[in-house]
Amino acid sequence: MAAYLLRRSLQSIITFLVFLTLVFFLVQAQPGDFTSFYVLDPKVTPESREAIRESFGLAKPVWQQYLIYVKNFFRGDFGVSFTQYPKPVLSVLVERLPRTALLFVTATVVSFYAGFALGKVIAWSRGKAVEYISTVGGVYLYTIFTPWLALVLIWLFAFRLGWFPVSKFIDPDLWVNATVDANLVFNLLILTAGVLLATVGLATFLLRLRQGRWRWPQSDALLLVVGLGFLGFIVLAWGLSGIGHLALDIVGHMVLPVLTLTLISFAGTMLLTRASMLETLREDYVLAARAKGLSERAVRDRHAARNALLPVVTSFVFSLAFAIDGSVIIETIFSWPGMGLTLVQSVQSEDLPLAVGAFVFTGLLALFAHLVADLLYLFLDPRVQRR
Amino acid sequence: MMEGKYDYGPQRVGVAESLWRTRLRLLLRNLRQDWATFTSNRVGLVGLGIIVIYGLMGLAHPILMGWVWDPNVYDPVIVRALEYQAIPQAAPPSFSHPLGTDPLARDILSQLMFSAQAAFTLGTVAALVTVFIATPVGAVAAYYGGIIDALLMRFADIVIMLPPLSLLIILGAFFGLNLITLGVVIGIISGFGTTAVIVKSQALSIKVRPYIEAARVAGGNNWHIIFTHLIPNLIPLSFLYMMFTATAAIFSEAVLSFLGILDVRMSWGLMIHTSWRQGYLLSLGEFWWLIVPAGASITLLCGSFYLVGRALDEIINPRLRQL
Repeated sequence: MAAYLLRRSLQSIITFLVFLTLVFFLVQAQPGDFTSFYVLDPKVTPESREAIRESFGLAKPVWQQYLIYVKNFFRGDFGVSFTQYPKPVLSVLVERLPRTALLFVTATVVSFYAGFALGKVIAWSRGKAVEYISTVGGVYLYTIFTPWLALVLIWLFAFRLGWFPVSKFIDPDLWVNATVDANLVFNLLILTAGVLLATVGLATFLLRLRQGRWRWPQSDALLLVVGLGFLGFIVLAWGLSGIGHLALDIVGHMVLPVLTLTLISFAGTMLLTRASMLETLREDYVLAARAKGLSERAVRDRHAARNALLPVVTSFVFSLAFAIDGSVIIETIFSWPGMGLTLVQSVQSEDLPLAVGAFVFTGLLALFAHLVADLLYLFLDPRVQRR
Repeated sequence: MMEGKYDYGPQRVGVAESLWRTRLRLLLRNLRQDWATFTSNRVGLVGLGIIVIYGLMGLAHPILMGWVWDPNVYDPVIVRALEYQAIPQAAPPSFSHPLGTDPLARDILSQLMFSAQAAFTLGTVAALVTVFIATPVGAVAAYYGGIIDALLMRFADIVIMLPPLSLLIILGAFFGLNLITLGVVIGIISGFGTTAVIVKSQALSIKVRPYIEAARVAGGNNWHIIFTHLIPNLIPLSFLYMMFTATAAIFSEAVLSFLGILDVRMSWGLMIHTSWRQGYLLSLGEFWWLIVPAGASITLLCGSFYLVGRALDEIINPRLRQL
């Protein structure tokens, strides 16, 4: 186990170095260099361009540039953004990453639960009309052109019904006299979401215990009371803090993007659960469970679904990694200032250091998620360990 | 090629049928059986029907442009200055323009049909590149194992790790992408990445089958075994992943041209981009023909390739067949 962990981490580090090298040579393969931007600028003479090349080390041989690049990367120095001039790339990314993260973690968690619950039901009703309708519907929801779905949702909920704001992160009218920073409120929101998630996890764990040996009749009601009380406490705390309406503004801006994302990734989880269930349904232990005379529901939920969970959980982690990649689409349409929008905007405004930084960061997160997925698999499927 | 070199064809046993004919007969019988399995899956048939409809639309466009439609009015890309005044811009559907016109007074139906060609070109290029890379890579990695396998699979790990959409955006911004180069890039990403890994795992199970051993005993060298025994048995799986690559390619193209990064004359993504940038987004109710036909086309075609892929999956992977 420890050896595997070590080998896998080492492998990830090497993979990342190769990735970094790839990105470096991708930038190098472009005709010209950073100073080419100023070729048409009459204020920048060829001599001063040469001076810029010298001072930025662009005149050095490629291998030297490469070593400097790698060294700077591990120091956390990604360069300076062109469009937001004195701001270093890293600070732009650090500001924007949590926004993407909250958006996508919320959507992924919701869609994972819903997709798994529905997927196991439709796998069970094989050959019925329900299965055909939800499979075809699921496939088209899965492959739907994301911008299109988002535009339709914006038109319906933001424009026609006016329930939610059309786009952006905050409503400037509301914040013009605010004494607090939007990032501070947002970070507090993330903290709340984290605490909430941990509580739900703990409650699920306690429920599990109840189902096991520790039978405890009143625990259901107790959990409900404690849960509701906790939720009430959080709402009250936000209401009394004086920035509650500002937090509500951010949450309101989040609803539509989260809804769009949930609709899309929900279908993927549902289809995967269905396929995985169809495979487990053929196993002997499902037949044995039926032969024992268990109820259909018990066979489905306890025997089939638990074993079908494995690929779904892995895909959950992967989808978190690729969420940041997919954020490009959603964030552009909703003008949500996260990683994806940063990438698109920096590419469109030729802000090279920021574009490369955002891309490397995305790759780093993807790599990390793959590592987590592998370790999770090891933990969930003991058969892998034995190999 | 085999018959001349090793004389163990059916002729020797006294069967009055030549080897290629036996093979053809077996192939046809398999195809008939597979077709029966495929048609028993209604979901797959729906997908195939939609793909055929879009294919016909793409094929019909040059014919319509040549003989039926006036190219001055119906050109999908170029706005002719003279007629620009005469045709109302963003006009609702009418008899002469069944799906209306876009903000630059171009006919939407003509654009839709023209873009179908682009989608099919892209899907075909991406799918072919994927298969031509993934099949040999998977077969070689599984057959030789050892260091070759390790190198190819670690490379696959790196390719899988790359965030595809961000990579395409970066490539589009740095070097510029058109339909063909985009197809090739998507094909390479899929061919060296996911598809290669899946094909390899299939090749591993084929490698240990008796007929491979028999071919080796009969004196076949490595390349002979890989190309005449291993790869033909991998083709069905590769074909399945061609479908999924086509889905991914059409979707990526739509996203890139929607963001305005792709260098393409006309595509469904670009049609939505145009309406979005011209400010018709919030008038979706009144100007539905600007966004709905293009968006529906992307969704339908992507979904159909995916449905066909899933139906093929049931043929190739018997574990998924209905009990």
